[in-house]
Amino acid sequence: MAFLNGLKCRECGREYPVEPLNVCDFCFGPLEVVYDYATISEVVSQDSIAKGPLSIWRYKDLLPAEGDDPVDIMAGFTPLLKARGLGKTLGLNNLYIKNDSVNPSFSFKDRVVSVAATKALEFGYETIACASTGNLACSVAAHCARAGVRAVVFIPSDLERGKIIGAAIYNPVLVSVDGTYDQVNRLCSELADDYPWAFVNINMRPYYAEGSKTLGYEVAEQLGWRVPDHVVVPSASGAMFTKIWKGLNEMACLGLLDGVPSSSFGVDQNTVHHPAVTTKMHMQQAEGCSPIATAWNSNQSQVVPVRPDSLAKSLAIGNPADGIYALKVIERSGGSAYAVPESDIVDGIKLLAETEGIFTETAGGVTVSGLKNLADSGAIKPDDLTVVYITGNGLKTQEAVEQVVNPLSIKPSISSFESVFEGAK
Amino acid sequence: MGKQRVKFVFEENLVKQPVIYELGQKFKIVTNIRRAEVGEDVGWVVLELDGDEPEIKRGLEWVSSTGVRVDPLGGDVIDG
Repeated sequence: MAFLNGLKCRECGREYPVEPLNVCDFCFGPLEVVYDYATISEVVSQDSIAKGPLSIWRYKDLLPAEGDDPVDIMAGFTPLLKARGLGKTLGLNNLYIKNDSVNPSFSFKDRVVSVAATKALEFGYETIACASTGNLACSVAAHCARAGVRAVVFIPSDLERGKIIGAAIYNPVLVSVDGTYDQVNRLCSELADDYPWAFVNINMRPYYAEGSKTLGYEVAEQLGWRVPDHVVVPSASGAMFTKIWKGLNEMACLGLLDGVPSSSFGVDQNTVHHPAVTTKMHMQQAEGCSPIATAWNSNQSQVVPVRPDSLAKSLAIGNPADGIYALKVIERSGGSAYAVPESDIVDGIKLLAETEGIFTETAGGVTVSGLKNLADSGAIKPDDLTVVYITGNGLKTQEAVEQVVNPLSIKPSISSFESVFEGAK
Repeated sequence: MGKQRVKFVFEENLVKQPVIYELGQKFKIVTNIRRAEVGEDVGWVVLELDGDEPEIKRGLEWVSSTGVRVDPLGGDVIDG
Protein backbone atom coordinates (compact mmCIF):
# COMPACT_ATOMS: atom_id res chain seq x y z
CA MET A 1 0.00 0.00 0.00
CA ALA A 2 0.99 3.61 -0.43
CA PHE A 3 1.86 5.39 2.81
CA LEU A 4 0.40 8.79 2.04
CA ASN A 5 -1.13 11.39 4.30
CA GLY A 6 -2.22 13.66 1.45
CA LEU A 7 -0.98 16.59 -0.59
CA LYS A 8 0.44 19.85 0.70
CA CYS A 9 1.10 23.22 -0.92
CA ARG A 10 4.80 24.01 -1.06
CA GLU A 11 4.08 27.71 -0.67
CA CYS A 12 1.26 28.20 1.84
CA GLY A 13 1.19 24.75 3.47
CA ARG A 14 -2.52 24.10 2.90
CA GLU A 15 -3.36 20.41 2.87
CA TYR A 16 -5.43 18.43 0.39
CA PRO A 17 -6.57 14.82 0.13
CA VAL A 18 -4.92 12.32 -2.22
CA GLU A 19 -6.55 13.42 -5.46
CA PRO A 20 -5.48 14.26 -9.02
CA LEU A 21 -4.53 17.83 -8.15
CA ASN A 22 -1.34 19.76 -8.76
CA VAL A 23 -2.13 23.34 -7.75
CA CYS A 24 -3.22 24.86 -4.46
CA ASP A 25 -6.66 26.41 -4.83
CA PHE A 26 -5.76 29.22 -2.49
CA CYS A 27 -2.35 30.52 -3.58
CA PHE A 28 -1.85 28.54 -6.81
CA GLY A 29 1.37 27.05 -5.44
CA PRO A 30 2.47 23.54 -6.45
CA LEU A 31 1.26 20.56 -4.42
CA GLU A 32 3.58 17.88 -3.08
CA VAL A 33 2.95 14.46 -1.65
CA VAL A 34 3.03 14.09 2.13
CA TYR A 35 4.17 10.69 3.40
CA ASP A 36 3.46 8.80 6.57
CA TYR A 37 7.15 8.31 7.34
CA ALA A 38 6.45 6.94 10.80
CA THR A 39 4.77 3.89 9.26
CA ILE A 40 7.23 3.69 6.39
CA SER A 41 10.12 3.49 8.84
CA GLU A 42 8.49 0.41 10.42
CA VAL A 43 8.22 -1.53 7.15
CA VAL A 44 11.16 -0.46 5.00
CA SER A 45 14.72 -1.68 5.46
CA GLN A 46 17.78 -2.46 3.37
CA ASP A 47 16.64 -6.10 3.35
CA SER A 48 13.08 -5.34 2.28
CA ILE A 49 14.39 -3.24 -0.60
CA ALA A 50 16.99 -5.80 -1.64
CA LYS A 51 14.29 -8.50 -1.84
CA GLY A 52 12.19 -6.38 -4.20
CA PRO A 53 12.00 -6.55 -8.00
CA LEU A 54 14.82 -5.20 -10.15
CA SER A 55 12.86 -2.08 -11.01
CA ILE A 56 11.82 1.15 -9.30
CA TRP A 57 9.11 -0.85 -7.52
CA ARG A 58 11.71 -2.32 -5.15
CA TYR A 59 11.17 1.07 -3.43
CA LYS A 60 7.38 0.80 -3.50
CA ASP A 61 7.04 1.76 0.18
CA LEU A 62 8.63 5.11 -0.66
CA LEU A 63 6.49 5.84 -3.73
CA PRO A 64 3.06 7.49 -3.82
CA ALA A 65 1.25 4.67 -5.62
CA GLU A 66 0.25 1.14 -4.74
CA GLY A 67 3.17 -1.08 -5.58
CA ASP A 68 1.44 -4.45 -5.65
CA ASP A 69 0.28 -4.33 -9.27
CA PRO A 70 2.05 -1.36 -10.84
CA VAL A 71 2.16 -0.36 -14.50
CA ASP A 72 5.66 -1.66 -14.85
CA ILE A 73 7.76 -2.21 -17.96
CA MET A 74 10.74 -2.71 -15.63
CA ALA A 75 11.84 0.89 -15.37
CA GLY A 76 14.84 1.52 -13.19
CA PHE A 77 17.54 -0.41 -11.42
CA THR A 78 19.77 0.58 -14.29
CA PRO A 79 23.55 -0.01 -14.19
CA LEU A 80 25.94 2.05 -12.09
CA LEU A 81 29.29 1.67 -13.82
CA LYS A 82 32.76 2.57 -12.62
CA ALA A 83 33.89 4.98 -15.34
CA ARG A 84 37.56 4.13 -15.71
CA GLY A 85 37.99 5.49 -19.24
CA LEU A 86 36.13 8.74 -18.78
CA GLY A 87 37.59 9.11 -15.31
CA LYS A 88 41.12 8.73 -16.62
CA THR A 89 40.48 11.34 -19.30
CA LEU A 90 39.08 13.81 -16.78
CA GLY A 91 41.49 13.01 -13.96
CA LEU A 92 38.77 11.54 -11.75
CA ASN A 93 39.65 8.29 -9.97
CA ASN A 94 36.30 7.62 -8.38
CA LEU A 95 33.80 8.38 -11.11
CA TYR A 96 30.60 6.38 -11.70
CA ILE A 97 28.02 6.58 -14.47
CA LYS A 98 24.36 6.01 -13.67
CA ASN A 99 23.34 4.76 -17.09
CA ASP A 100 19.62 5.47 -17.26
CA SER A 101 19.67 5.45 -21.06
CA VAL A 102 18.95 1.72 -20.93
CA ASN A 103 15.46 2.02 -19.48
CA PRO A 104 12.74 0.23 -21.49
CA SER A 105 11.84 3.29 -23.57
CA PHE A 106 15.43 4.52 -23.40
CA SER A 107 15.20 7.40 -20.94
CA PHE A 108 14.71 8.12 -17.25
CA LYS A 109 11.12 9.16 -18.02
CA ASP A 110 10.08 5.55 -17.52
CA ARG A 111 10.59 6.06 -13.79
CA VAL A 112 8.18 8.97 -13.47
CA VAL A 113 5.67 7.64 -15.96
CA SER A 114 5.49 4.23 -14.27
CA VAL A 115 4.47 5.98 -11.04
CA ALA A 116 2.08 8.39 -12.78
CA ALA A 117 0.42 5.66 -14.83
CA THR A 118 -0.02 3.45 -11.77
CA LYS A 119 -1.56 6.32 -9.85
CA ALA A 120 -3.79 7.29 -12.81
CA LEU A 121 -5.28 3.80 -12.86
CA GLU A 122 -5.81 3.96 -9.10
CA PHE A 123 -7.80 7.14 -9.66
CA GLY A 124 -9.87 5.37 -12.32
CA TYR A 125 -8.63 7.20 -15.40
CA GLU A 126 -8.99 5.49 -18.76
CA THR A 127 -6.85 7.94 -20.73
CA ILE A 128 -3.32 9.06 -19.92
CA ALA A 129 -1.93 12.11 -21.73
CA CYS A 130 1.13 14.28 -22.03
CA ALA A 131 2.74 17.04 -24.08
CA SER A 132 6.27 16.18 -25.04
CA THR A 133 9.21 16.84 -27.29
CA GLY A 134 10.30 13.21 -27.24
CA ASN A 135 11.23 11.04 -24.28
CA LEU A 136 8.07 11.56 -22.28
CA ALA A 137 5.91 10.81 -25.33
CA CYS A 138 7.68 7.49 -25.85
CA SER A 139 7.36 6.52 -22.21
CA VAL A 140 3.69 7.43 -21.84
CA ALA A 141 2.80 5.56 -25.02
CA ALA A 142 4.76 2.50 -23.89
CA HIS A 143 3.25 2.38 -20.40
CA CYS A 144 -0.27 2.81 -21.76
CA ALA A 145 0.32 -0.06 -24.15
CA ARG A 146 1.38 -2.18 -21.18
CA ALA A 147 -1.62 -1.09 -19.10
CA GLY A 148 -4.12 -1.42 -21.94
CA VAL A 149 -5.40 2.14 -21.65
CA ARG A 150 -5.57 4.95 -24.17
CA ALA A 151 -2.62 7.27 -24.55
CA VAL A 152 -3.06 10.76 -26.00
CA VAL A 153 0.28 12.33 -26.81
CA PHE A 154 0.69 15.91 -28.01
CA ILE A 155 3.85 16.76 -29.92
CA PRO A 156 5.07 19.86 -31.73
CA SER A 157 4.72 19.41 -35.51
CA ASP A 158 8.45 20.02 -36.09
CA LEU A 159 9.56 17.13 -33.84
CA GLU A 160 12.30 14.92 -35.30
CA ARG A 161 10.98 11.83 -37.09
CA GLY A 162 13.05 9.45 -34.97
CA LYS A 163 11.32 10.62 -31.83
CA ILE A 164 7.87 10.45 -33.41
CA ILE A 165 8.45 6.84 -34.43
CA GLY A 166 9.67 6.02 -30.93
CA ALA A 167 6.26 7.06 -29.57
CA ALA A 168 4.04 6.10 -32.52
CA ILE A 169 5.10 2.46 -32.50
CA TYR A 170 3.08 1.92 -29.31
CA ASN A 171 -0.04 3.17 -31.14
CA PRO A 172 -1.09 6.12 -28.99
CA VAL A 173 -3.44 8.85 -30.23
CA LEU A 174 -0.66 11.05 -31.55
CA VAL A 175 -1.58 14.71 -31.99
CA SER A 176 0.85 16.86 -33.93
CA VAL A 177 0.29 20.53 -33.06
CA ASP A 178 1.21 23.08 -35.70
CA GLY A 179 2.25 26.03 -33.59
CA THR A 180 5.04 27.69 -31.66
CA TYR A 181 6.43 26.20 -28.49
CA ASP A 182 4.40 28.67 -26.43
CA GLN A 183 1.20 27.89 -28.33
CA VAL A 184 1.61 24.14 -27.83
CA ASN A 185 2.33 24.75 -24.18
CA ARG A 186 -0.77 26.89 -23.69
CA LEU A 187 -3.05 24.57 -25.62
CA CYS A 188 -2.07 21.55 -23.55
CA SER A 189 -2.47 23.45 -20.32
CA GLU A 190 -6.02 24.39 -21.33
CA LEU A 191 -6.83 20.86 -22.51
CA ALA A 192 -5.80 19.54 -19.12
CA ASP A 193 -8.50 21.71 -17.57
CA ASP A 194 -11.18 20.60 -20.04
CA TYR A 195 -10.67 16.85 -20.48
CA PRO A 196 -11.07 14.12 -17.87
CA TRP A 197 -7.66 12.67 -18.56
CA ALA A 198 -4.62 11.97 -16.45
CA PHE A 199 -2.01 14.38 -17.79
CA VAL A 200 1.13 12.90 -16.30
CA ASN A 201 2.97 16.17 -15.75
CA ILE A 202 -0.07 18.32 -14.97
CA ASN A 203 -2.78 16.87 -12.73
CA MET A 204 -0.62 13.80 -11.97
CA ARG A 205 2.49 15.89 -11.37
CA PRO A 206 2.78 15.51 -7.55
CA TYR A 207 2.90 11.72 -8.01
CA TYR A 208 4.75 11.66 -11.33
CA ALA A 209 7.69 13.73 -10.07
CA GLU A 210 8.25 11.39 -7.11
CA GLY A 211 9.39 8.66 -9.50
CA SER A 212 12.68 10.51 -9.93
CA LYS A 213 13.53 9.91 -6.27
CA THR A 214 14.46 6.39 -7.31
CA LEU A 215 17.50 7.83 -9.11
CA GLY A 216 18.77 8.82 -5.68
CA TYR A 217 17.78 5.58 -3.97
CA GLU A 218 19.44 3.38 -6.56
CA VAL A 219 22.73 5.22 -6.55
CA ALA A 220 22.90 5.03 -2.76
CA GLU A 221 22.03 1.30 -2.79
CA GLN A 222 24.42 0.48 -5.64
CA LEU A 223 27.25 2.33 -3.90
CA GLY A 224 26.73 0.09 -0.86
CA TRP A 225 24.16 2.17 1.03
CA ARG A 226 26.13 5.40 1.03
CA VAL A 227 25.87 8.75 -0.72
CA PRO A 228 28.37 10.16 -3.22
CA ASP A 229 30.38 13.34 -2.70
CA HIS A 230 29.05 14.84 -5.92
CA VAL A 231 26.28 14.16 -8.38
CA VAL A 232 26.19 15.75 -11.82
CA VAL A 233 22.70 15.99 -13.25
CA PRO A 234 21.11 17.43 -16.40
CA SER A 235 18.16 19.67 -15.74
CA ALA A 236 15.10 20.95 -17.59
CA SER A 237 12.17 21.66 -15.23
CA GLY A 238 14.40 21.11 -12.19
CA ALA A 239 12.09 18.37 -10.87
CA MET A 240 14.47 15.43 -11.29
CA PHE A 241 17.28 17.44 -9.71
CA THR A 242 15.24 18.21 -6.59
CA LYS A 243 13.92 14.65 -6.34
CA ILE A 244 17.36 13.03 -6.42
CA TRP A 245 18.24 15.23 -3.47
CA LYS A 246 14.99 14.33 -1.73
CA GLY A 247 15.64 10.63 -2.33
CA LEU A 248 19.10 10.77 -0.76
CA ASN A 249 17.77 12.63 2.27
CA GLU A 250 14.84 10.27 2.70
CA MET A 251 17.25 7.34 2.81
CA ALA A 252 19.30 9.06 5.49
CA CYS A 253 16.31 10.04 7.61
CA LEU A 254 14.87 6.52 7.41
CA GLY A 255 18.15 5.00 8.54
CA LEU A 256 18.73 3.21 5.23
CA LEU A 257 22.33 4.40 4.82
CA ASP A 258 25.09 2.41 6.47
CA GLY A 259 26.13 3.88 9.80
CA VAL A 260 23.47 6.58 9.75
CA PRO A 261 20.78 6.35 12.44
CA SER A 262 17.24 7.29 11.47
CA SER A 263 16.10 10.78 12.34
CA SER A 264 13.10 13.09 12.10
CA PHE A 265 11.99 14.68 8.85
CA GLY A 266 11.14 17.90 10.70
CA VAL A 267 8.25 20.16 9.81
CA ASP A 268 8.72 20.21 6.04
CA GLN A 269 9.33 16.89 4.31
CA ASN A 270 10.36 18.58 1.08
CA THR A 271 13.16 20.69 2.49
CA VAL A 272 14.72 18.23 4.91
CA HIS A 273 18.50 18.04 4.79
CA HIS A 274 20.07 15.25 6.81
CA PRO A 275 23.64 16.13 7.89
CA ALA A 276 24.86 12.74 6.64
CA VAL A 277 23.94 13.75 3.09
CA THR A 278 27.07 15.66 2.15
CA THR A 279 26.47 15.25 -1.56
CA LYS A 280 27.01 18.37 -3.65
CA MET A 281 24.36 18.71 -6.35
CA HIS A 282 25.71 20.02 -9.66
CA MET A 283 23.14 21.02 -12.27
CA GLN A 284 23.93 21.11 -15.98
CA GLN A 285 21.83 22.99 -18.52
CA ALA A 286 22.46 23.78 -22.16
CA GLU A 287 23.33 27.41 -22.82
CA GLY A 288 20.43 27.75 -25.25
CA CYS A 289 17.96 27.05 -22.44
CA SER A 290 19.53 27.69 -19.08
CA PRO A 291 17.12 29.74 -16.96
CA ILE A 292 18.02 28.00 -13.68
CA ALA A 293 21.79 28.13 -14.21
CA THR A 294 21.50 31.78 -15.24
CA ALA A 295 19.58 32.63 -12.08
CA TRP A 296 22.08 30.76 -9.90
CA ASN A 297 25.14 32.33 -11.47
CA SER A 298 23.71 35.84 -11.30
CA ASN A 299 22.56 35.45 -7.69
CA GLN A 300 18.91 35.95 -8.60
CA SER A 301 16.27 34.48 -6.31
CA GLN A 302 13.86 34.18 -9.23
CA VAL A 303 14.07 32.20 -12.42
CA VAL A 304 13.33 34.32 -15.48
CA PRO A 305 11.70 32.25 -18.26
CA VAL A 306 13.44 32.05 -21.61
CA ARG A 307 12.45 30.91 -25.10
CA PRO A 308 14.39 27.67 -25.69
CA ASP A 309 16.88 27.53 -28.53
CA SER A 310 19.05 24.52 -27.84
CA LEU A 311 20.35 21.40 -29.52
CA ALA A 312 19.39 19.56 -26.31
CA LYS A 313 15.65 19.43 -26.98
CA SER A 314 14.92 17.15 -24.04
CA LEU A 315 16.26 19.87 -21.71
CA ALA A 316 14.51 22.73 -23.49
CA ILE A 317 12.02 23.90 -20.89
CA GLY A 318 12.02 27.68 -20.89
CA ASN A 319 9.76 28.14 -17.87
CA PRO A 320 10.87 25.50 -15.38
CA ALA A 321 8.18 24.62 -12.84
CA ASP A 322 10.69 23.57 -10.17
CA GLY A 323 13.37 26.12 -10.97
CA ILE A 324 13.05 28.02 -7.73
CA TYR A 325 13.20 24.81 -5.69
CA ALA A 326 16.21 23.59 -7.64
CA LEU A 327 18.03 26.80 -6.70
CA LYS A 328 17.39 26.02 -3.04
CA VAL A 329 18.80 22.50 -3.45
CA ILE A 330 21.96 23.87 -5.05
CA GLU A 331 22.35 26.26 -2.13
CA ARG A 332 21.67 23.70 0.60
CA SER A 333 23.97 21.12 -0.90
CA GLY A 334 26.83 23.50 -1.66
CA GLY A 335 26.54 22.58 -5.33
CA SER A 336 26.65 24.51 -8.55
CA ALA A 337 24.91 25.17 -11.85
CA TYR A 338 26.52 25.54 -15.24
CA ALA A 339 25.30 26.52 -18.68
CA VAL A 340 27.17 24.27 -21.09
CA PRO A 341 28.04 26.00 -24.37
CA GLU A 342 25.98 24.60 -27.24
CA SER A 343 29.20 23.91 -29.13
CA ASP A 344 30.32 21.50 -26.37
CA ILE A 345 27.24 19.26 -26.45
CA VAL A 346 28.34 16.99 -29.27
CA ASP A 347 31.86 16.85 -27.80
CA GLY A 348 30.32 15.51 -24.60
CA ILE A 349 28.37 12.83 -26.47
CA LYS A 350 31.49 11.73 -28.31
CA LEU A 351 33.66 11.77 -25.20
CA LEU A 352 31.30 9.44 -23.35
CA ALA A 353 30.96 7.11 -26.34
CA GLU A 354 34.70 6.92 -27.00
CA THR A 355 35.76 6.41 -23.39
CA GLU A 356 32.91 4.30 -21.98
CA GLY A 357 31.03 2.73 -24.87
CA ILE A 358 27.81 4.51 -23.94
CA PHE A 359 25.85 6.39 -26.60
CA THR A 360 23.83 9.15 -25.01
CA GLU A 361 21.48 11.75 -26.42
CA THR A 362 22.13 15.49 -26.43
CA ALA A 363 21.14 15.87 -22.76
CA GLY A 364 23.91 13.42 -21.88
CA GLY A 365 26.32 15.49 -23.95
CA VAL A 366 25.40 18.46 -21.79
CA THR A 367 25.98 16.45 -18.63
CA VAL A 368 29.35 15.05 -19.65
CA SER A 369 30.60 18.45 -20.84
CA GLY A 370 29.42 19.91 -17.55
CA LEU A 371 31.28 17.17 -15.67
CA LYS A 372 34.42 18.02 -17.61
CA ASN A 373 34.05 21.65 -16.60
CA LEU A 374 33.72 20.64 -12.93
CA ALA A 375 36.83 18.45 -13.17
CA ASP A 376 38.87 21.05 -15.05
CA SER A 377 37.94 23.78 -12.59
CA GLY A 378 38.88 21.68 -9.57
CA ALA A 379 35.37 21.77 -8.14
CA ILE A 380 35.53 17.97 -8.13
CA LYS A 381 38.80 16.61 -6.70
CA PRO A 382 40.44 13.53 -8.24
CA ASP A 383 39.43 11.12 -5.44
CA ASP A 384 35.94 12.47 -4.78
CA LEU A 385 33.19 9.89 -5.18
CA THR A 386 31.25 11.28 -8.11
CA VAL A 387 28.16 10.06 -9.98
CA VAL A 388 27.14 11.45 -13.35
CA TYR A 389 23.59 10.77 -14.51
CA ILE A 390 23.09 9.80 -18.15
CA THR A 391 19.35 10.03 -18.65
CA GLY A 392 18.66 9.36 -22.33
CA ASN A 393 19.81 7.21 -25.23
CA GLY A 394 21.77 8.46 -28.23
CA LEU A 395 19.63 6.55 -30.71
CA LYS A 396 16.98 9.23 -30.13
CA THR A 397 19.10 12.13 -31.35
CA GLN A 398 21.27 10.57 -34.01
CA GLU A 399 20.97 13.63 -36.25
CA ALA A 400 23.06 15.59 -33.73
CA VAL A 401 26.11 13.43 -34.38
CA GLU A 402 25.74 12.51 -38.05
CA GLN A 403 29.19 13.94 -38.75
CA VAL A 404 30.87 11.00 -37.01
CA VAL A 405 29.95 8.78 -39.95
CA ASN A 406 33.13 8.97 -41.98
CA PRO A 407 34.04 5.43 -43.08
CA LEU A 408 37.14 4.36 -44.93
CA SER A 409 35.93 3.71 -48.50
CA ILE A 410 37.68 0.89 -50.32
CA LYS A 411 37.39 -1.35 -53.37
CA PRO A 412 36.61 -5.03 -52.64
CA SER A 413 40.29 -6.04 -52.55
CA ILE A 414 42.95 -6.64 -49.92
CA SER A 415 45.30 -4.16 -51.58
CA SER A 416 42.69 -1.42 -51.55
CA PHE A 417 41.99 -2.08 -47.87
CA GLU A 418 45.67 -2.10 -46.95
CA SER A 419 46.49 1.10 -48.80
CA VAL A 420 43.54 2.99 -47.27
CA PHE A 421 44.06 1.44 -43.82
CA GLU A 422 47.76 2.29 -43.79
CA GLY A 423 46.94 5.86 -44.83
CA ALA A 424 44.37 6.16 -42.08
CA LYS A 425 46.84 5.01 -39.44
CA MET B 1 -17.95 33.11 -18.45
CA GLY B 2 -14.67 31.37 -17.85
CA LYS B 3 -11.69 31.42 -15.60
CA GLN B 4 -8.04 31.10 -16.46
CA ARG B 5 -5.02 30.84 -14.18
CA VAL B 6 -1.86 32.39 -15.54
CA LYS B 7 1.55 33.68 -14.59
CA PHE B 8 2.86 37.07 -15.73
CA VAL B 9 6.59 37.73 -15.69
CA PHE B 10 7.74 41.34 -15.84
CA GLU B 11 11.30 42.03 -16.83
CA GLU B 12 13.17 45.03 -15.42
CA ASN B 13 11.81 47.67 -17.80
CA LEU B 14 8.20 46.62 -17.13
CA VAL B 15 8.27 46.10 -13.36
CA LYS B 16 6.85 49.57 -12.70
CA GLN B 17 4.09 49.37 -15.33
CA PRO B 18 0.50 48.96 -14.00
CA VAL B 19 -0.26 46.21 -16.50
CA ILE B 20 -2.76 44.33 -14.34
CA TYR B 21 -4.70 47.50 -13.57
CA GLU B 22 -4.86 48.35 -17.27
CA LEU B 23 -5.93 44.79 -18.13
CA GLY B 24 -8.96 45.26 -15.90
CA GLN B 25 -9.67 48.69 -17.38
CA LYS B 26 -9.28 47.85 -21.06
CA PHE B 27 -11.11 44.51 -20.99
CA LYS B 28 -14.10 43.06 -19.17
CA ILE B 29 -11.89 40.87 -17.03
CA VAL B 30 -11.76 40.54 -13.26
CA THR B 31 -8.17 40.03 -12.10
CA ASN B 32 -7.56 38.14 -8.86
CA ILE B 33 -3.94 38.06 -7.71
CA ARG B 34 -3.01 35.04 -5.59
CA ARG B 35 0.75 35.25 -5.24
CA ALA B 36 3.52 37.54 -6.42
CA GLU B 37 7.12 38.50 -5.98
CA VAL B 38 8.60 41.71 -7.26
CA GLY B 39 12.30 42.40 -7.25
CA GLU B 40 14.43 45.13 -8.76
CA ASP B 41 15.27 43.13 -11.86
CA VAL B 42 12.21 40.99 -12.39
CA GLY B 43 8.77 40.35 -10.97
CA TRP B 44 6.09 37.73 -11.36
CA VAL B 45 2.43 37.46 -10.49
CA VAL B 46 0.15 34.44 -10.53
CA LEU B 47 -3.46 35.37 -10.90
CA GLU B 48 -6.88 34.17 -11.96
CA LEU B 49 -8.74 35.93 -14.74
CA ASP B 50 -12.53 35.83 -14.78
CA GLY B 51 -14.52 36.82 -17.86
CA ASP B 52 -15.78 35.66 -21.25
CA GLU B 53 -13.26 33.37 -22.88
CA PRO B 54 -12.83 35.50 -26.03
CA GLU B 55 -12.33 38.56 -23.83
CA ILE B 56 -9.68 36.75 -21.75
CA LYS B 57 -7.95 35.69 -24.97
CA ARG B 58 -7.92 39.29 -26.25
CA GLY B 59 -6.75 40.53 -22.88
CA LEU B 60 -3.85 38.09 -22.74
CA GLU B 61 -2.83 39.00 -26.28
CA TRP B 62 -2.72 42.62 -25.17
CA VAL B 63 -0.64 41.74 -22.10
CA SER B 64 1.81 39.84 -24.31
CA SER B 65 2.00 42.83 -26.65
CA THR B 66 3.24 45.00 -23.77
CA GLY B 67 6.27 42.72 -23.40
CA VAL B 68 5.05 40.92 -20.30
CA ARG B 69 5.51 37.17 -20.62
CA VAL B 70 2.32 35.14 -20.16
CA ASP B 71 2.62 31.49 -19.19
CA PRO B 72 0.47 28.66 -17.89
CA LEU B 73 0.39 28.64 -14.12
CA GLY B 74 2.58 25.68 -13.30
CA GLY B 75 5.45 26.31 -15.68
CA ASP B 76 5.85 24.63 -19.04
CA VAL B 77 3.70 21.58 -19.51
CA ILE B 78 5.66 20.36 -22.52
CA ASP B 79 8.29 17.99 -21.24
CA GLY B 80 11.36 16.49 -22.82
